[in-house]
Amino acid sequence: MLEFGQAPDDAGRDGRDGDAPVVAVRGLRMRYGSVDVLDGVDFVARRGEVLVLLGPNGAGKTTTIEIMEGFRKRSAGEVSVLGVDPAAGDERWRARIGVVLQSWRDHGRWRVRDLLCHLGGYYAPYSAPGRERPLDVDDLIETVGLGDQARQKISSLSGGQRRRLDVAVGIVGRPEVLFLDEPTAGFDPQARRDFHDVVHRLSDMDDTTILLTTHDLDEAEKLADRILILAGGRIVADGSADELARRVSGQAQVRWSQDGQHYVHATGDATRFVRDLLAQPGADIGDLEVRRASLEDTYMALVQRHETGWPLAAVARFEEVGR
Amino acid sequence: MNQVPGNQVLYPVRLGLSRGLRETRQSLTSPQDMSTYLILAVAFVVVLIFQRNSTVRGTHVSLAFSVLPGILGMMVAVTGLTGAAGSLAVEREDGTLLRAKAVPNGMVGYLTGRIVSVSLGALLGVVVVLVPGIFLIPELARTGPLGWLTFLWVLVLGLLAVLPWGAVIGSLAKSARAVQGPLMFPIMGVTAISGIFYPIFALPGWLQGLAQVFPVYWLGLGMRSAFLPGSAAAAEIGGSWRHLEMAAILGVWAITGLAAAPTVLRRMARKESGSSMQARRQRFLQRIG
Repeated sequence: MLEFGQAPDDAGRDGRDGDAPVVAVRGLRMRYGSVDVLDGVDFVARRGEVLVLLGPNGAGKTTTIEIMEGFRKRSAGEVSVLGVDPAAGDERWRARIGVVLQSWRDHGRWRVRDLLCHLGGYYAPYSAPGRERPLDVDDLIETVGLGDQARQKISSLSGGQRRRLDVAVGIVGRPEVLFLDEPTAGFDPQARRDFHDVVHRLSDMDDTTILLTTHDLDEAEKLADRILILAGGRIVADGSADELARRVSGQAQVRWSQDGQHYVHATGDATRFVRDLLAQPGADIGDLEVRRASLEDTYMALVQRHETGWPLAAVARFEEVGR
Repeated sequence: MNQVPGNQVLYPVRLGLSRGLRETRQSLTSPQDMSTYLILAVAFVVVLIFQRNSTVRGTHVSLAFSVLPGILGMMVAVTGLTGAAGSLAVEREDGTLLRAKAVPNGMVGYLTGRIVSVSLGALLGVVVVLVPGIFLIPELARTGPLGWLTFLWVLVLGLLAVLPWGAVIGSLAKSARAVQGPLMFPIMGVTAISGIFYPIFALPGWLQGLAQVFPVYWLGLGMRSAFLPGSAAAAEIGGSWRHLEMAAILGVWAITGLAAAPTVLRRMARKESGSSMQARRQRFLQRIG
């Protein structure tokens, strides 16, 4: 298994203090023709944070990620990744960034281990004390679960194995910031769990800042320190899964049965309601269940609010609550 | 901040060299590539066997001997151009280029690797024709050191003249399919007028002029000058091997290509991103679906 070793202390990093945001986006706009795909996106990511970007198709998630990767020019706004504008990022900057690509059939004649050794080689000049680059290729192969395929030709890998390889290629340079656009599309449950382990290990032990997009809300909830919901070209929500649920609906649903009858009650203070309920003398309460709004409920509510035409009011309200 | 061992540029070039050698090795062990070379070899052997006993009118040079060097020149031009154009277009479509772009100095390594593997591929194409030729045509085996030297410089200069332009074509093409088919027609056209299979004197004057603009004619001439006896120059335009003109025209192609390619390649690479690759993948899957 991969040992990332001790995370280097702040003094060892070139002039960045621990609290400076690793990624900072302000007023980001992207216009295609006369359509504003991104219309003033703001957010920051701090060191070691896992940020998950959610949003309906066409909301601009991929565009946002590609701008941060330095693969796409923006129309307006400020973007800084590791203190550098990605549009002007040089190779040294590139060496500190990891990008997990959804590959298709490139390098089909290469063997898994050979390709990782080759691509890892490009990072060797950028190795630093406390952050040796590249990662040990054999450990990396074990970590992503390709141990049995290390000497296979890439063209012979299954779709899921290929995606594991994509993740390995993305992190072989031991990035300080990692970008992933829908990394688990096409993963089976086992591969998905392995991938989650890798993400946790990277952020916890190697202090990697991770930005990823997904459509899987369960995954977002498991991985994210913070969730950003992108809709209508703006961030309409920014917070942990829990915070988001509270913001959308402060209420929890309490279900119970009493004397054979089923009841549902929505309340802002479920604890108190349940205490009172159970305190009723002689009541035969059963099937008690308290349920907070799930991330899915939250997401649906937010996106629907946006799509049914009250976005601005909704955004304003969330911002109020959020501050 | 970081210590960069050795030279910043040389390091990825070194990785690119090993990349090119590895890909060549992969090609040598690929049944698909090897069968292509084998078919090529067999085709030329058959042609040479048929031509072996006829001689060029008015001389006692065998027809096979007089034609083979021109074929070598054509091989260099065609494999160099289509190899560079095809691989670039294919690897843009399948995401190899995007991978290179996501890695520090990856594009330098990628391009170095491609120059190495396409050059070696062209060399292999030449060897595949040359080796059976040496067995079938005794005169060919008697080529002196000066002849081999000429062969070498014509080969290198010829590759320099066609590779960058292949890369430009591959970068400008919309998809891999837009290169492979349509590029063959102009190449066949130019080859047909370049005096490879029959003397260029058989063509009207304006076509002779046109042919001399392109590298194929000069590569054919250069290879003939390397292997044929000096007296055979009498059958060429101007009655000479025209090495100076050859070096000048191939040199102009090389210099303009080397000047144009980086700009075109950079512009193409800048536009690469995960989503553009994804879009091409969708189009590709629709095409075959």
